[in-house]
Parts: sequence; C-alpha cells; structure tokens
Amino acid sequence: MLNELVKHGLRFIGLILVQGLILKNMEVGFMINPFLYVLFVILLPFELPAWIGLILAFLLGFFVDLFYGTMGMHMAACTLMGWARPAVLRFMMPRDGYEFGQQPTMQDMGRMWFLSYAAILIFIHHFLLFYIEIFSFREVGMTLLRILISTIATLLLVVVTQFLFYRAPQRT
Amino acid sequence: MRNLIVFLARHYFFLLFLLLQIVSLTLVVNHNYFQKAAAVSASNALNGSMYATRNEITQYFDLKDQNIQLSEMNAILLGQLKTAYLDYDTASTMVTDSIHRLRYSYIAAQVIDNTVSLRNNYIVLNRGALQGVKVDMGVITPGGVVGIVREVSDNFCVVMSLLHKDSKVSASVKKDGTFGQLSWDYTNYREGVMTDLPTHSKIAKGDTLVTSGLGDAFPAGIPVGTVMTFEKPAGEKTYSVRVQFTTDFRKLHHVYIVRDLMRDEIIQLKEKAGMGNAE
Repeated sequence: MLNELVKHGLRFIGLILVQGLILKNMEVGFMINPFLYVLFVILLPFELPAWIGLILAFLLGFFVDLFYGTMGMHMAACTLMGWARPAVLRFMMPRDGYEFGQQPTMQDMGRMWFLSYAAILIFIHHFLLFYIEIFSFREVGMTLLRILISTIATLLLVVVTQFLFYRAPQRT
Repeated sequence: MRNLIVFLARHYFFLLFLLLQIVSLTLVVNHNYFQKAAAVSASNALNGSMYATRNEITQYFDLKDQNIQLSEMNAILLGQLKTAYLDYDTASTMVTDSIHRLRYSYIAAQVIDNTVSLRNNYIVLNRGALQGVKVDMGVITPGGVVGIVREVSDNFCVVMSLLHKDSKVSASVKKDGTFGQLSWDYTNYREGVMTDLPTHSKIAKGDTLVTSGLGDAFPAGIPVGTVMTFEKPAGEKTYSVRVQFTTDFRKLHHVYIVRDLMRDEIIQLKEKAGMGNAE
C-alpha cells in the first residue's frame, strides 16, 4: 500500500517535471503538442475512490498550469478527464468486473483495452484544453485537426512509456 | 433538510466536479492581463531558477548555432562602425558626438525558456527589474523582432512572443515606408500576416519589412520579415500580406531588450496632449 503510494507520488512529480521542462519546449512540427502528463490520471488504480481521483487530477492540472503560465486551462481539462474516468471505466468493464490487484496498464488489461481506454481519456482532455486555449469559434476546424493529431502523439508517448517502464507480463 | 443531505450524498461526485470545473473556468475567464501577470510572477521565483538550471545544462548543446549567430551579429555591427564608411572629406575629420541624442540602449539577455508550438507563446529571459528591465519594453535580435516584455520579477522577465494571439507590431515596407500591422495567425512559427497595408504601396514579393517605429517598443528599421505573397481580399481596401519572419524563434539564444531613454518624455507628452496611454 505504502509502496503504491510512493510509486504514484513519484509518477505525479516526475510527469509534471517532464511535461514542464522538456515536452513543453519540444517542437515536433505541424503544431503537435503532446501532453504526456495525463498518463498519471490514466494509470490511477481501479479501486481508488472516484472523488480522490478527481481532486488529484485537479491538482495535476494546477501544477502543469504553473509551468505553462496558463492559469485554469489545464485544471479545467484535467478535471473533466478525472470526472469522465470512472464512467469510461464502467463503460469498458470486462463482463466479470475488474480483478483485485489489477492495474489499468497495457500488461494487465491487454493492448486493445488499454489503447481504447487511454485514447478516450486523452481525447476528452485535449478537446477541452485546445478549445479553451483558442477561446473563440474562429479556428474551429483547424483546432479539431490539432486535437486529433496531438491525441495521437500523446497516445504514442503513453504506449512507449508502457513498453519502457513495465516488464513483460508474468503469466503463469 | 434531510432531503438536501440525501441529494448531496447521492450526487456528491458530480457536484464536486462542478465545483472544481467552475473554479478552473473562473480562473480562465478572469484571465485578463493583470491576473495572468499575478499567476506568472507567483511561479516565477520557482520556475525561473528551475529554467536557469536547465539552461546551464542545455545551452552547451547548440553552442555551434549560438556562435554562428553571434558572429553574424558582429558582422552587422562592424558594418555600422564609422570605419566602415568611405571618408570623402580628406581635409578634416568631423567627429559626431552622438551621446546627447542617444535614444535607445540595449540590455543583453539570454533566453532561458521558450516555446513556439502553442497558440500563445511566452519567452523567459534571465534579466529583470534589478537589471533595469521594465514592462512594455521591446525585445529584439539584430536580425529581427522577438516580442514585448509583459511581466518582470527581480531577476527574470516574461516576454510575450510575436507568436501570440495578442501580438501586434507596426511594420513598414522598407522601400516606400507604407505601413501595416504584423501579427501571427498560427500556421507555423516561421510565418505571419501583415494587414491594413494601403493599396498604393508598391509592394513586391521578396520585399523587406522593418519596424515602423510607431508605438513605443521598437526603434525604427529593425527587420521583421520578407514578403512571401500578398493579395487584396474582396471588399477590402487594404492588402493582406503573408510574411516570412526573419527571426527563427526556435533558435533564440541571445536577445536584446530595448530601453527607450526618452520613453517617459513621450508618455508625458502624450498625456498632456490628452492621448491617454496610447498603446
């Protein structure tokens, strides 16, 4: 339990720093902005009470906003994402529920499940974030294109971290 | 009362979500200039020193680029020295004492944080109030315009990049002096648009655009870009020009903050003339 707490805490801090100090300044081309830090919300454990997840997402957004100097934008997007997470989990629940001790990772839940789960949450987050950033209806189509492209970029990074940080499944 | 408690207990999750969302959106909406400044400076002390530390490490990676930029800058400056001009008058040498009409001085600064891919980009420099930086000063490189100082702390300042929704720079066509407004439309970080250029301008593809010197932030004649294409939109009386910026915002390292020594005088004069704080 304590071990888990430390792991999630380190991930919280680590992802904020990676986002604020490295990814923010990366210019990938064609206005792609990956927001890897949402991985923290994606990987929150199944059994975590929904309201704690919501508040954690809110705090995550707050710290990222500090780095971007955009007070409120990431907070709003993360809060929406934290609110949608339990619903998405319910929607994607396997027939006999989630097993105890399972984590929402690619290794535990399989590729298809993880990809669709992560893609939905990332899209929700990016959708609100990019439209708040524009805050007008002038560039609607262009922004939608950016949202889709950045969602794919973030998803790609999320998958890469899954391969980097988790060992091969230990199935017996 | 009991019903209320039951209602709250049943819908606590949605209500909590609503509360947090309202907090966030209020922050966004009230995000006018002053609140933004407060938020940014609150994060400045921590982030500024963090950026500075990162810069200590990363600045070695593009040392070659920086050297090339600095030597190009030297070449430009050498070209402006008195010795670079042909001396027609052999009988006597006239020394121009230009100190009494010096208008602009420059504070050299290094970029410690910069983005180019967001809709609204900001740049953090390692110079602040203690070094004489003030809000609304312009920031340039000898090759082009960078942005305008928006927030100052003791040792750092935050610059609103030209790559920002609200950035507007008055630019003129170098060869005939007609001028328009330069802004960024977020297609990519090397291109922007100039609007309001009158149609009597003899503009052509490849023309150089420079700062017009209108407005307080920039001296006249600093290059901003070259004309890529231009057109007259139907029903309008002005040209809309697509501009390639001369500044490569991805490779910003050494920049200069423009200090207008006569700024106070101009502002006082404008106030006297009833122009208010003309921006």
